[in-house]
Amino acid sequence: MNTTKISYKKPLLETPFHERTSEHCYSNDWYRWAGYKVAKEYSSTELEYTSMRNTAGVIDITPMHKYDIKGEDAKNFINKLITKDISNIQSNQVAYGIWCNEDGMVIDDGTIFCFNENHFRIFCAERNLNWFSDTGTGFNVTIEDISSSIAALAFQGPLSCKILNLLQVKNIENLKPFHFDSYKIEHHNVIISRTGFSGDLGYEIWCDPSQAIDVWDNLFKFNRDYKVLAAGMNALDMVRIEAGFIQPNADFMSAEQALRPNRMRNPYELGLGWLVNLDKEYFTGKQALIRHKEKGPEKKLVGLDVEGDKPAVGSVLYDNSKKNIAKEIGIVTAAMWSPVLKSNIAIGFVNKEYYKLGSNVYAEIYHPEELDYRKIWAECKVVKKQFFNNPRRNAIPAFI
Amino acid sequence: MVIQRDIKKTMNKAKYDVAIIGGGHNGLTTACYLAKAGLKVVVVERHDYVGGAAVSRELHPGWTYSNCSYVCSLLRPEIFRDLELSKHGLQIIPYEGSASMLDDGRFYAHYQDHDLTYRSIAQFSKKDAEAYDRFGKDVMRQCKIIKPLLKLTPPDPTSFKPKDIMGLFEFAKYFAAKDELGGLGEKEIYDTIRFWTMSVRDYLEEYFESDIVKVHLAGSAIIGTALGPYSPGSAYVLLHHYMGEVDGTVGAWGYSRGGMGSITKAMASSFKSKNGEIKAGSPVTKILIKNNKSYGLVLENGDEIYADKIVSNLDVKRTFLKVVEEKELPSDFYRAVKNFKIRGSSGKLNIALDDLPVWKSIPIGDPAGTGDLHITQNIEEMEGAYDDWKDGKWSQFPYVDMCIPSINDPTMAPQGKHYMSVFIQYVPYNLADGGWTEEKRKEFGKHVMERIGNYSTNFKDIINHAEIRTPKELEAEVGLTEGNIFQGELTMDQLMFNRPVPGYAQYKTPIKNLYMCGSSTHPGGGVMGAPGANAAREILKDLNKKMSTHYI
Repeated sequence: MNTTKISYKKPLLETPFHERTSEHCYSNDWYRWAGYKVAKEYSSTELEYTSMRNTAGVIDITPMHKYDIKGEDAKNFINKLITKDISNIQSNQVAYGIWCNEDGMVIDDGTIFCFNENHFRIFCAERNLNWFSDTGTGFNVTIEDISSSIAALAFQGPLSCKILNLLQVKNIENLKPFHFDSYKIEHHNVIISRTGFSGDLGYEIWCDPSQAIDVWDNLFKFNRDYKVLAAGMNALDMVRIEAGFIQPNADFMSAEQALRPNRMRNPYELGLGWLVNLDKEYFTGKQALIRHKEKGPEKKLVGLDVEGDKPAVGSVLYDNSKKNIAKEIGIVTAAMWSPVLKSNIAIGFVNKEYYKLGSNVYAEIYHPEELDYRKIWAECKVVKKQFFNNPRRNAIPAFI
Repeated sequence: MVIQRDIKKTMNKAKYDVAIIGGGHNGLTTACYLAKAGLKVVVVERHDYVGGAAVSRELHPGWTYSNCSYVCSLLRPEIFRDLELSKHGLQIIPYEGSASMLDDGRFYAHYQDHDLTYRSIAQFSKKDAEAYDRFGKDVMRQCKIIKPLLKLTPPDPTSFKPKDIMGLFEFAKYFAAKDELGGLGEKEIYDTIRFWTMSVRDYLEEYFESDIVKVHLAGSAIIGTALGPYSPGSAYVLLHHYMGEVDGTVGAWGYSRGGMGSITKAMASSFKSKNGEIKAGSPVTKILIKNNKSYGLVLENGDEIYADKIVSNLDVKRTFLKVVEEKELPSDFYRAVKNFKIRGSSGKLNIALDDLPVWKSIPIGDPAGTGDLHITQNIEEMEGAYDDWKDGKWSQFPYVDMCIPSINDPTMAPQGKHYMSVFIQYVPYNLADGGWTEEKRKEFGKHVMERIGNYSTNFKDIINHAEIRTPKELEAEVGLTEGNIFQGELTMDQLMFNRPVPGYAQYKTPIKNLYMCGSSTHPGGGVMGAPGANAAREILKDLNKKMSTHYI
């Protein structure tokens, strides 16, 4: 990987796994992620999705942004940045957190790895160096974008631990959820965290780019017995919706990127109030968040159980079963037919009067059917966003 | 006076609102819906485990066999959703491909990828490769008509009750209505009648010229039925196997993760979460009936269970010829039940393999080898297999539907080893030469395995264990009369308002408070759950209760 040489013919970079991903990516359907090419679909989204729920799927997540936070104020810096309190975080623990601007509007979310008191690493979907640097003013910390120096794979699915165990990754079954440690895959030193975006048992593997191909090949080593598939972004999007994980610039606009102020969202609107600790002495956005909490959200991101089997993609939500008198009360941000649940699920914003669990709203679904649209007025029940939650996700020891 | 007092006494003792005989997938489906509606329900099961013909059994250490039904497509997704079967551990895994292996070393395959399938068929006939799309479209149209009918309680055409008249109207709507209402046009009724009555051989003949294309497709028309490909009515059985779906792909099949028992296990768990009770290891010997009303069950150990409503998941013959006394039944009904066609024609091998079979024709890694596999060469050979059955012999060249679930489902066999399910058509319930013996059963199994072995380079060497099942075992273990997997033939004379017998197609019986919910009722066999859900709806209607459901 050479990030210094710029070729105008190839605006997108290739990840250290490209040699393999391009081999697998029969459909040649690439997704643009943070300046890199990653596969949208390798050959069948359905089978790639199934691998993450049945065996294990491998996703190239190298384009994730990675920031090293070092220095004696590292912990204090994180505590100022994010809304939750990590004072008690231990080494080898991972925290999931969000950060807001001064107005209490969410910029991004990420996982924060604690190596020790003076060294943290943040993984997130969007670029944040400016925001972190601004936040770091006055702290004795160095903030470094190390994105291109680490290759990363998500290894998600019920057999992920079993296969790592077969690869002689010692004691991997006892790694707790939201923890990480150093391991060896063959002779390669890697960091493995029990984290991921699938809502299932799964790991993320972080290694030096020079080892990337070897690590990749190892994960497929037992394919004669257990079918591990390379999974693309389409499949990842399916599992994350089922797990109820939200994504900046898909379910909400990042406050750093939104052009229109009314598109920004606070944590309470995103259903992420549980990540805000207002007892914490000070953090960015605290004053605004106190006000937001007091006022209560005007709208909220909720899960929707949608009638029928036609996905409510991009649907507007209404308040009445009768279309002619219905008023607009929300919008769907993500929707799919869930193969694992055999349910028609969606995530969307609904106004105040409707975000109580069990409320009924109505989606107008435009379902394409042989060059025409069938317009469906579907009843939706407001439910928890976490549609899929398998006990194996958090089991200790993990299934081998 | 004395009799009346007796009834009163037993009524007071009634412990349950509903007692269901048999914990098969339909009995459990009915049970779940009724418990969900707040009723006090008990499922009474003969075995120590529930599941009926949808079971996972460890009959050889380390291996899990789906030892009766083996693949899943027909299970209505609405039922899956209503009963929250995912939460209770059920997962359906789609599988890719199917193939027929030829004697000349070639193979014919269908893939998930449309173009790959086209090219695969085109090797045999370009015309057929194109005709496959036309065939697919026509079958899909028929499935579109039939799908809403599955959820319908069949209207009685002789009745003037508003619900029957409305029901017939509803039925006609799918043909006559405009597109927006889901209709396909009046013309479709011609095709429907043809499809429901033709032989599969004649039907396929209208589309295809190549032998292997025809025989590959014809397999679905004979599975589980005592009809041959030349028998009128066999085309409907093909349709019956096509009307399922996996996540919107109509006609696709999948595996139930952990074997077919995961389906009934999840249903049982869903049922218990709604305070349902399961009495396992409790064979029912008699349904208690007084004054033409059922009020309870007698178990083999003499215990009695009382309930306001009794539902039988057993097939119609077993229900009315075994657990209801003849004297309780109108004689015309009794005769109709006796005449109900429920003929055993299928066998099953469950094989533990020490390695993956290597086929002479299908290369290792080709997805064609991971789905269902067949070895019948042409329709004539298939009809010949049927001729053997008519002669009271197992087929010399049987049609087999083989699959290796462990390729896709990592939970079925130890690492590196495999489980193979072989469904066999045809095997008679009674052998002409003096009936089944232990020796003949083994000989039959050996015959099938040898035949499969001819198409593989290693099959014979990797067999670790095999369970051999004739219709006799299916009957003895599952309780299916004659071992018929559909609880009764799926022929036009036994479908819709004639299933199981004319006049009693609405899940009710001549005995008040006694209902049926098994595959003997509309819409018939397969691990579908529709009979169970329909029966629950009728029972709740009689109790003036609403069914909470995505299943309308």
